Amino acid sequence: MLLPTRIVFGDSIIEHAGHRDDFVVFNADTKTCHLENFGAIYPERAYSFGIAEQNLIGAAAGMASCGTKVIVATYSVFLCMRACEQVRTYVCQPGFDVMMLGTHAGLLTGTEGASHIAVEDISIMRAIPNLTIIEPSDAVSARAMAGKALDFQGPLYVRLHFAPVPDVHDPKTYRFEIGKANMLTDGEAEVTFLVTGILLGKVLEAAELLKKEGIRANVTEFPTIKPLDEEAVLCAARKTGAVVTVEDNTILGGFGASVAEVLAENHPIPLERIGIRDRFGESGSPDRLYEQNHMTVGDMVSAAKRAIGRKR
Amino acid sequence: MSYYYTEEDVTRLEQKSEEIRKTIMELFERTRMGHPGGSLSEVEILVALYYHILRVNAENPKDVLRDRFVLSKGHGSPTLYAILADRGFFAKEELASFRQFGSLCTSYPDMRTPGIDMVSGSLGNGLSAAAGMALCAKRNKEDWKTYVLLGDGELQEGLVWEAAMAAAYHRLDNLVAIIDNNGLQINGRVNEIMTIEPLPDKWKAFGWEVVEADGHSVKSLLDACHIAMKKCAPTVIIAHTVKGKGVHFMEDIAYWHSLTPNTDLPAERMREYFDRRQER
Repeated sequence: MLLPTRIVFGDSIIEHAGHRDDFVVFNADTKTCHLENFGAIYPERAYSFGIAEQNLIGAAAGMASCGTKVIVATYSVFLCMRACEQVRTYVCQPGFDVMMLGTHAGLLTGTEGASHIAVEDISIMRAIPNLTIIEPSDAVSARAMAGKALDFQGPLYVRLHFAPVPDVHDPKTYRFEIGKANMLTDGEAEVTFLVTGILLGKVLEAAELLKKEGIRANVTEFPTIKPLDEEAVLCAARKTGAVVTVEDNTILGGFGASVAEVLAENHPIPLERIGIRDRFGESGSPDRLYEQNHMTVGDMVSAAKRAIGRKR
Repeated sequence: MSYYYTEEDVTRLEQKSEEIRKTIMELFERTRMGHPGGSLSEVEILVALYYHILRVNAENPKDVLRDRFVLSKGHGSPTLYAILADRGFFAKEELASFRQFGSLCTSYPDMRTPGIDMVSGSLGNGLSAAAGMALCAKRNKEDWKTYVLLGDGELQEGLVWEAAMAAAYHRLDNLVAIIDNNGLQINGRVNEIMTIEPLPDKWKAFGWEVVEADGHSVKSLLDACHIAMKKCAPTVIIAHTVKGKGVHFMEDIAYWHSLTPNTDLPAERMREYFDRRQER
């Protein structure tokens, strides 16, 4: 059965809790990632904070200041906007060990609609100093991330998704390391897709379609959005001379923008960005919303061709 | 006289309050920056805490079993710095560089300063962080206490009441909130800008024990703290204070909430303050 990243990540944390006692869970009253059930399994290690996100983060900062790691989970929109200042000033400025799970990121959230779909969380969170941002691309990577996230010390934002997608990674070979990109295909090619998150599966489809047309495209996945693996960006730029960034977040200030910054300063080459086109989400199917924002597999193919075309 | 303190303690704390007032006025006179009104109104409160109540040790400022203090009204930092320097957490010379680059005496409290337990400055956040700390002591079954000082104006922030609700819900009887109830905020009287009354009733309704105190009487404050320690719920001490207390031309005048480098701090009137003190 396909499970969304949020559920896989939350369940993995619950599994880890069986053999490690070095964290507590603060819950907002949301159904996000199964951690809302943590208190039923570990009553001594879960605390309820109700519908009050600012206090959720402020209190997590207080607990973490005393040396106990805190995991909080809520919708990404509430985490990074309702509680933005508490994340910034009380968690990130002092560098406290708080793991913040934001679910319902991107248009994959679909029918939940504009108020609940986080379209700008990467842009907001990456502007905050001291904050590390990671995002899985499927259930396999979500599971791998959970253990590493527990070992990580300091402010961490984990960007998670509402709906399931097919696995793209092989659990036997997948490795996740914070700060490192994964080159999924790395041969002679004319363009490289640089992708974060849940659209990776569609990117691989786009690369296959291009291949059928005789155009070779490499794919590099960035499970860590910040700090950006700049070396991997520049490596792709040097090797293929054109890149397409892909993210389920606004193109304004998001992952693609961070790649653009690195390229502009170091190795300017043609860049195309796939992402949300400066608009809110809407209540509707993710596919319809992806279509509206030119984020389909077909759009990725076109973007790759445009990027290659601009090399000449 | 209480079982918990002697007449000598009270005299010592009163003298210390005068000393700290003098130190912070020197700081303001020198730097011409910061917030004198609220720094002066909280003097006795912080002196009572740091010289009699709190178990903290300058030799081991990160002791995990120390009592915690959060200055939610972070603009009152000069008083806290004067006290921390006096208690040996850092050199007194640091006070002269208040708000300068690299100083341990940052505009608002920052974790890099020895003795500071929580960042602050943005109003309305301190109670929330303090509640998290108190919850940690409960979880670890440790007996240290968490104290947080709030301004009265910042009670207008909704987060204060989120935190108040959570503290009572989690039965944080190891948490004491003190309100520096000087009745003024930057642009005028609290009750004219956005009333926070009826204050005791609000806290009681949120499940807190309420104790009222004279915020410029160390004896009254010590009594209130000792009462708070025996309660089975989080306790708020509403400390009635005067903004600008001790510097008569500043007393109860909102204008002296903050200084800018251009504020005309009348030198002769500053001297008047110090002369008047010496006469006593």
